[in-house]
Amino acid sequence: MNRLKQIEEKIFRIISGFAAYSLIAILIYIIAIIFIKGFNALSLDMITKTPQGGYYYGGEGGVLNAIVGSLYISIGATVIAVIIGAPAALYLNVHMIKLKRTQNTVRYLLDALWGIPSIVYGSFGFTLMLFLGMNASLLAGIITVALLVTPIMVRTFDEVLSTIPKGLHEASLALGSTRTETAYKVLFKQGFSGFITAILLSFGRGIGDAASVLFTAGYTDLIPVNLDEPAATLPLAIFFQLGSPIPEVRERAFASAAILTIIILIISLGARFLAKKYSKSNLK
Amino acid sequence: MHFRRRIVDKISGFWMVTTMVTILLMPVIIGVGLYIKAQPLFEHNSVWDLISSSDWSPSKGKFGFWPFIAGSLYVTIFSFLFAAPICLFAAIHLTQFSSKRLVQIMYPVIDVLAGLPSVIYGVWGILVIVPLVSNFLAPIFNTSSSGYSIFAGGIVLSVMCIPYMLNMLIEVFNTVPVGLKEAALSLGATQWESVKHVVIRKSYPGIISAFGLGIAKAFGETIAVMMVVGNSVMSSHNPFDAGYPLPALIANNYGEMMSIPMYDSALMFAALLLLVIILAINLVFRYFIHKTQKQ
Amino acid sequence: MSVENLDTINWNMPETDTIASESSPIVRINELNVHVKDHHILKNINLEIPKNQITVLLGASGCGKTTLLKCMNRLTDLYKELKVTGNIFIEEDDILNTSTNIPTIRQKMGLLSQRPYPLPVSIYKNVAYGIKLKGIRVKNLIDYSVEKNLKEVGLWDEVKNRLNSPATSLSIGQQQRLCLARGLAVKPRIILADEPTSALDPISSKIIENQFKVLKKHYTIILVTHVLRQAVRLADNVVFMHDGRIIEQGKPDELFKNPQTEELKNYLVEGN
Repeated sequence: MNRLKQIEEKIFRIISGFAAYSLIAILIYIIAIIFIKGFNALSLDMITKTPQGGYYYGGEGGVLNAIVGSLYISIGATVIAVIIGAPAALYLNVHMIKLKRTQNTVRYLLDALWGIPSIVYGSFGFTLMLFLGMNASLLAGIITVALLVTPIMVRTFDEVLSTIPKGLHEASLALGSTRTETAYKVLFKQGFSGFITAILLSFGRGIGDAASVLFTAGYTDLIPVNLDEPAATLPLAIFFQLGSPIPEVRERAFASAAILTIIILIISLGARFLAKKYSKSNLK
Repeated sequence: MHFRRRIVDKISGFWMVTTMVTILLMPVIIGVGLYIKAQPLFEHNSVWDLISSSDWSPSKGKFGFWPFIAGSLYVTIFSFLFAAPICLFAAIHLTQFSSKRLVQIMYPVIDVLAGLPSVIYGVWGILVIVPLVSNFLAPIFNTSSSGYSIFAGGIVLSVMCIPYMLNMLIEVFNTVPVGLKEAALSLGATQWESVKHVVIRKSYPGIISAFGLGIAKAFGETIAVMMVVGNSVMSSHNPFDAGYPLPALIANNYGEMMSIPMYDSALMFAALLLLVIILAINLVFRYFIHKTQKQ
Repeated sequence: MSVENLDTINWNMPETDTIASESSPIVRINELNVHVKDHHILKNINLEIPKNQITVLLGASGCGKTTLLKCMNRLTDLYKELKVTGNIFIEEDDILNTSTNIPTIRQKMGLLSQRPYPLPVSIYKNVAYGIKLKGIRVKNLIDYSVEKNLKEVGLWDEVKNRLNSPATSLSIGQQQRLCLARGLAVKPRIILADEPTSALDPISSKIIENQFKVLKKHYTIILVTHVLRQAVRLADNVVFMHDGRIIEQGKPDELFKNPQTEELKNYLVEGN
């Protein structure tokens, strides 16, 4: 009896340990494959040049258009998400502080909103674009991605704001501050680490998402100058180049994938680092 | 109070309420928007017909979505079968057995896995999983496969869902009080027995919810699946054949959707379908999670 | 096996008189030290705990009482950052350095924690859990033991009609008694109680305390508390701890009337 139990214990410890370590292995495997394949074709041209004539037949050039397009869209979307999302998160934690039930319901709905897939946002962005009489453009892409990342922004920021002790903002109100002043001067400062995390998370999500910009941002070899011009994005650049029958172009898809991976790694690790740094300077 | 401060407070308060209400109404607005675009489709077909029919020939105006829904379900089920046990055991290891140091290492690992874009998983799938399926797995099962298959889609999707489900499971297991585990141990349970009898049982609703949300996530995932799944309507139930999930249908045909009448309506209907299914799953299981967290 | 002749086996009572003589201690702790990283939580603990008496570990919160208790049934294993050195002999078995199965050692002790933690199963299954873990599968035997132990903690009449409802449906006081019954069902020699009444109302606390007085006929009870009055009411021996050390120990009357150290004097003043 006891021996059987010990064997069972051993087996399940091994299985669960294996499951945990396999995740590290998978991550290393993915990144290693992308880098090994990508670094072959990676050159300075890739990140400093737009596609030149004959690029899609293996000619000269790079994916600067897509890098810049992705940055534009992601920055624009994050800015909109901040303008819409940050006040909403503050409202949830300042004005609604006494309404515990409502607070919980709102968080529940936000979580559910986070679950909507980006292809749905993309499709909606497309109908919205037609409704407003717009063409596939930088602006349409920005709006669609903004819709996608706003729930992320609100919920991530809120997660940190909700841990701020209640006494702190009661004290601020008692000193005669308005609720707005409390929100922006006290809570915003205290929750700054959450704000940074929220921005970087939204930004990372925006830069990597393909399904939402597929319909709305269009694609071009040029770097967009105006909001109503179409814009290329890095995920779509990878996707399109990968569909090419020409080996050189496919190689460049891998190089582009390596570029995107590096950007994402910098963002996620940076978010972790900054969140740690700023949460240290908080008063507890 | 100073007049200007009061005005600022009013305006900002108004803006805060507006943003909050807009965000919360978002699913409704999206739903209505998609519905309006999909509407022409309903004039000729009932919703039930659209969902259950297998006849897909856009040029003849026939839109039967069943093959795509089935494709989505098929890929999702496969991904769930791969991901669920790994997540469950990894979460058990990280919350019950492992050292603090491994947990410290794992958080950034999960973060990065969750943060990698869909398209990167797709590239990895094409480089690794597709050849693996065609050269190695399919021969084992005595079939031939190009590799671009339901099976490959399932594997890639499962890797994408793992960080998402794992995060939720870790949270769920961490809410089980240590005292409860100590109680089982003090009665003579081995560590694994305390996990099996107490931790898992206590977290049951949470585990189901995490699984449910993982399924919802897999169901709506687009680009990565589309890159490895083959994108042709399933002709058999062989998982080594290509499939055509719903999100891939939408993403793959955006180019031609304005050239065939009603095609755009059909694709928007597909998006609406995804929205309704995924939102429903999310609302149900998030409700469980929120309920258990309050306890 | 019928239920009647089960009683003659008296299988639920530990055979207190046959194993060792009354005078020998049931727990002997020798040079026990516990570290967490740089913190020294328990410092050179040497302690003997006599059989069939209530020994109270007394001290301010954070003094190491609970850690000491958890060392005795090796729940410290759960916390990987703890480093435990020394010997703890329980009935001559050095449980810190043993080849015996840890679950078997733990079954020699029933644990009662600060808050009741009923397992997420029915009332019946809570009590039956430990018995089943011992490998006993005979339904009659389990039924019998569940009833006997629920009676022993005075809970039987309150729950006999709803044995299959979830244990969490009981009141906190009832839950704590259920936890006691559950612990007794594995036939322990020792009951480890970690401030078992701190979450309870006065009436439930009283019930638990009274049960301890009855139970010490058959069990050795080690009670952790920071409530001075509880120590006075229950203790046969008092061990006063401060900052990870045992400062004083002895019979409660002598100890509380004639405290020898500043620490205990201070504690007695503040504790009242």
